[in-house]
Formats: sequence, C-alpha cells, structure tokens
Amino acid sequence: MTHKLSADNLTLIRGERCLFQGLSFALESGGLLILEGRNGCGKTSLIRAIAGMLTLEEGTVFWDDVPVDDQRQTFHGDLVWLAHRTGLKGDLTLVENLGFERSLRAHSSRDPEEVYERLGIARLKKLVLRSLSAGQQRRVSLARMLLADVPLWFMDEPFTNLDREGRALVMELVEEHCAKGGMCVMAAHQDVEIAAPTTRVKIQ
Amino acid sequence: MNENHTIEAQRENPGIFSGLAATTKRDLLLAWKRPGDVLNPLFFFAMVCTLFPLAVGPSAEQLEFSGPGVLWVAALLATLLSLNSLFISDFEDGSLDQFLVSPQPLPVLVLGKTLAHWLTSGLPLVFVSPILAITYRMPLSVVGVMMLTLALGTISLSLLGSIGAALTVGLHRGTALLSLLILPLAMPIMILGANAVSLAASNDIYSTGIWALGAYAIASLSLAPYATAAALRISNE
Repeated sequence: MTHKLSADNLTLIRGERCLFQGLSFALESGGLLILEGRNGCGKTSLIRAIAGMLTLEEGTVFWDDVPVDDQRQTFHGDLVWLAHRTGLKGDLTLVENLGFERSLRAHSSRDPEEVYERLGIARLKKLVLRSLSAGQQRRVSLARMLLADVPLWFMDEPFTNLDREGRALVMELVEEHCAKGGMCVMAAHQDVEIAAPTTRVKIQ
Repeated sequence: MNENHTIEAQRENPGIFSGLAATTKRDLLLAWKRPGDVLNPLFFFAMVCTLFPLAVGPSAEQLEFSGPGVLWVAALLATLLSLNSLFISDFEDGSLDQFLVSPQPLPVLVLGKTLAHWLTSGLPLVFVSPILAITYRMPLSVVGVMMLTLALGTISLSLLGSIGAALTVGLHRGTALLSLLILPLAMPIMILGANAVSLAASNDIYSTGIWALGAYAIASLSLAPYATAAALRISNE
C-alpha cells in the first residue's frame, strides 16, 4: 500500500517572526524529505507543524490526500516521532518503556530481540534508562521507532548524541525503511547523504 | 534482522481501554519508583491536621467544631501541592510529544494519567483521614461520611486540577498561577464537603452535599479530560 504526504502553502508565524511562508512539498512512498537550515531557522517548528503538533497560520498538510486535521488518529497511527527529547522515562527500564509504547500502538511483526541486538542495546535491557548514556538512550528511541512498524518516520535531528557508528546506522535504517516503501521526514543541520529519493526543503 | 520484513498495510491499534490502562499503569509504576512524590502531600496533610490543634488549643468543643473544616482545607491544599508535577516530567522528557502524536485519543491518555494521580494522591488522603479525624473527636459514623466526601471531592480536584496543570505546564514557576486558576473551581468542592461533614456531626440531613459532590465529580469526569487535552495541545506548541 502506497502512501502520500503532501503540504500546500504552509505558513507559520511565531511571535513577530515569519518562519516560513507558502511552503509546499509532496512525498511519496519510498521517499525522504530533508528539512535543512541553520540553527534557529525553524526546522523543528516545521517538522512539528507537519506532524500536527503546531497550529499553522495558513496551509494544510495532507496524508493520502485527506487533510490531517480530519483524520488525526489515522495519521498519528501511521507515524512515529523521534526527537532530541526522547519521551522515555528515566526511572523505567528499556523493556518497561517500550512495553508502554506497545500498549498504545499496534504490535509489529519484528522480533524485539533482533532489533535490540542490531542497535547494540540488548545487554542494557534490565537497566533503568537514567543510567544509560545519552547516545544509548537515543538508540532505545530508535528501537521504539523500529518496533512501531509504521510507514512514516519523523526524525528531528536524529544524529545528535550518536557516535560515528550510530550515525551510519541511522542512515542505514532510513535507507532500508525507504527501500521497503516507507517514508521519512528529517530535520537536520548537517549534510545528510542517504541513498533514497530525496526531496530537500531549505528554510531561509 | 528480517530482511523480508515489510510494512503492514493494515494494522489494528489497541483499543482505548488498553491505552487508558497502560497510561495508568505507567504512572503508578513511576510513583512506585519515586515514593517521595506520593508521600510529600500526604505528609503535608497529616502535618497541617496535627499542628492545628496545637495552635488553637485542645478544647474538645473547639476540635469537634473545627475538625471537618481543617481536614478539608488540608486535603485541598495537599492535592494542589501534588498537582504541579502532573505533567511537568512528561513535558520535559518529551513524553508529551509522544502523547500528542499517539494513535490513542489524547483525552483517554489524560484520563489515565489523572486516574493514576487520584490513586496516588486522593485515595491515600481518604485512607489516612480517619486517623486524623479521630484526633478531632469525630464520631465513627461521621468519619464514614467524611471519607465519602473526601473520595468524591478528590476525584473532582484531580480532574479539575489536571486542566490547570496542563495550562501551566509550559511556564516556569507556574505553581502560583495553577493555584489561582484552580481555586475558584475547587472552592465549592471544599465548602460542600466540609459542610456535609459538619451537618452529619450535628445529626442533620447531609445527603444533599454528597449528591452535589457526586454530581460535581461526574461533571468533571466527563468534561475535564477534553479541556485538559486541549490545554496540553496549546501548552506544548
């Protein structure tokens, strides 16, 4: 099943500043959308707006050609959000954290053990997240993303806190995801080279 | 990794009861791992109730007269104290973002959190109150009435308080504002509760107060989760 994410004439004003105006794009299954720009230009605001967390001044985001405001639950059921603030609880263990997520979303057909192994967090399963490093916590949030098993990935600065190996892994995961017909929206301030049909949006 | 793994076209998300139960369970687990957050308001409640007679004097008449009022004021303040932290940690660690993009309806998740809050703040107050009530020379028959009013009242307080907590979550030092927002809505609960207990103590008809508190709780239960969800969307922008 193919999906389509598109946006028409997005405008966002924060305070007195117009962050972007008349921004449009379309993303098909298998595609990667990279939002680029320097620090503080509104990348995060844009990606949050597309995901439905910010109210836009103008414009509409469409998921499968239906405005997302009319089908918020379907849209949110098809996306997973990964950002600097991981949304994982420091007092809970990896398994407890991901178990909570599993009660909210459909179960994936992936084997969790394989995912943990691949992300290098298999031996951290019984530790509370607070005792892990920032990079390791990032890997746990990647595990949540893989296990959610949804077509649309939202990644806000996915490379923060990760080592070289971790960054390569993220790119590999995105490539695989796109190759399988998924799609990914990514906000990044670094140059990202991923072998997938890429659309770039530059924010001034 | 399974290379042939494909993204499933149609997936069935767990129902809202699963979401409700999971959120409640998670917050109870977090409270279990950090008992201090639960015990603080309870300790505050017990302290106010035990210090009050020391200040106003231990005459039996005075204690009997002021008991219901003191217990209810202390319960209200203790609940307000615990409300601050309702959404703060979720806001700071990004869990709120995850809630907002969750396939589960936000009011359901909010209700789960509020339920956990009541179980860890309101319900303990209800169970501790008889011990304190006896020190105020409250007869056992009245203690039952007081527990009932406290149970119904703290349900409303948790639910109404969640609206205030959601509105002030993005503000630093929103504590004072939270109390200011919630007090006008919480005042009737306290008046009804304390009054019903006083009436019961003087062998008068008190059922009106109980019904009113029950109605207040049901109204809060049906409306507050939606208001809180809307407030969270605004606060997290």
